[in-house]
Amino acid sequence: MKDFRIWGLKKSPWVFHVAAASCNNCDIEILAALTPRFDVERFGIVLVGSPRHADALLVTGVINRKTLPRVIQVYQQTPKPCLVIGVGTCSCSKHMFEDSYNVVGPYDKHIPVDVYIPGCPPKPEAIILGVVKALQKL
Amino acid sequence: MKVIFWILVFPGFLFSSIIGMLLTWVDRKVTARIHWRVGPPWFQPFADFFKLLSKETLIPVNASRFLFLMAPILSIIAITAVGTMLFTMNFYPNMSFLGDLIVLIYLLTLPPLATILGASASKNPLAAVGASREMTLYFGYELPFITAIIITIIKTGGTIRIGDIVTYQHIHGPILYSVSGIIATLVALICMQAKLGYVPFDIAEAEQELMAGVYTEYSGFALALFKLSKAMMLFLLPCFLITIFWGGFVTWWAILKLLLLVVLIILIKNTNPRLRVDQALKFFWVGLMPLAVLGVILAFFKL
Ligand code: SF4
Repeated sequence: MKDFRIWGLKKSPWVFHVAAASCNNCDIEILAALTPRFDVERFGIVLVGSPRHADALLVTGVINRKTLPRVIQVYQQTPKPCLVIGVGTCSCSKHMFEDSYNVVGPYDKHIPVDVYIPGCPPKPEAIILGVVKALQKL
Repeated sequence: MKVIFWILVFPGFLFSSIIGMLLTWVDRKVTARIHWRVGPPWFQPFADFFKLLSKETLIPVNASRFLFLMAPILSIIAITAVGTMLFTMNFYPNMSFLGDLIVLIYLLTLPPLATILGASASKNPLAAVGASREMTLYFGYELPFITAIIITIIKTGGTIRIGDIVTYQHIHGPILYSVSGIIATLVALICMQAKLGYVPFDIAEAEQELMAGVYTEYSGFALALFKLSKAMMLFLLPCFLITIFWGGFVTWWAILKLLLLVVLIILIKNTNPRLRVDQALKFFWVGLMPLAVLGVILAFFKL
């Protein structure tokens, strides 16, 4: 039974896109990964409009005092088990905002992150690889 | 014992849900081919379903708990009843009872009603907008849909038993092969598109405006049941149309007819933009309703 559940989760990860103060470039790359050219529906990946339907959260951008409560709220609204995937160098570290007073550090200080995808912005291929790596962790 | 088998396994729940899920795969695959993509593998709808079952079901704090969880169950029960009745009456016309056509029409209106109830119970503003749109749309398509069915009733000499309609078509040829029959089928086909909530009438769950519309707050088990009842609708509504207008399920040709109708729905879905809700209402009442009335008049003159 447990294998069956994991099979279901692996074969149909629905992603929800959390744009937490990114420069929008990572978001555009995520959208590019969803175009017919890469055809992620082959692996069952679908972009959903509500965190309640999501299995994986794609978080972009550098986390700061304003967006932190929102990101935590979205994470709490997502039914578990769910994966969190940080997209872009911003989400991995503080990137170029190292010395900013407003930045509260990388994501895993606040919510559990499964995979980080570095790159500024990462290529669509890298994003797909990251999602696959996250699924392998299950 | 036999009745329980009918309801739970053969024409009822299990059979229609499996065929329905396979048809949703056909839908996604054809859509993918139109986009020049490869598309998902055949077991994709099953994977989606089992995944949703294994996830947590969250209930919003302010929601009305009972109604929120009842709505998907209501939807699935209604659509199971439709499947059972429709097929037993096709296979055994004698089992049909007086007025079962009307019962079926009522049961078919229950799934949209259940989504409206569930969305309103969830107390989410986006779901509330979706529910109000679904309600408006519902008033739009129900009138032409019933008028189209009245054409069949007139042509078969005023019978409201499905068994009699199937037998009549077996002897005199399908309703579709006449002028009023073509009009009736066309009107019912477009209304079916709206009943299924497909583009151009996917106003209630318009993804770009309302996130997931009426389903915004649903997750896990409840969402799985809603998805399943939608899949069963995709199977049973074309079956209903074939029963009423196109000869019923007496020969194996019916399977081809079913596939043809489903592919037609998918093609309409993929080649049209979404209408605004007022445009949709206007389309149904000003555009489709006179056509249906014309069909009724023609049916009176036996055309
Ligand atoms: S990683 Fe680069 S592209 Fe992505 S949000 Fe940060 S600055 Fe923008």
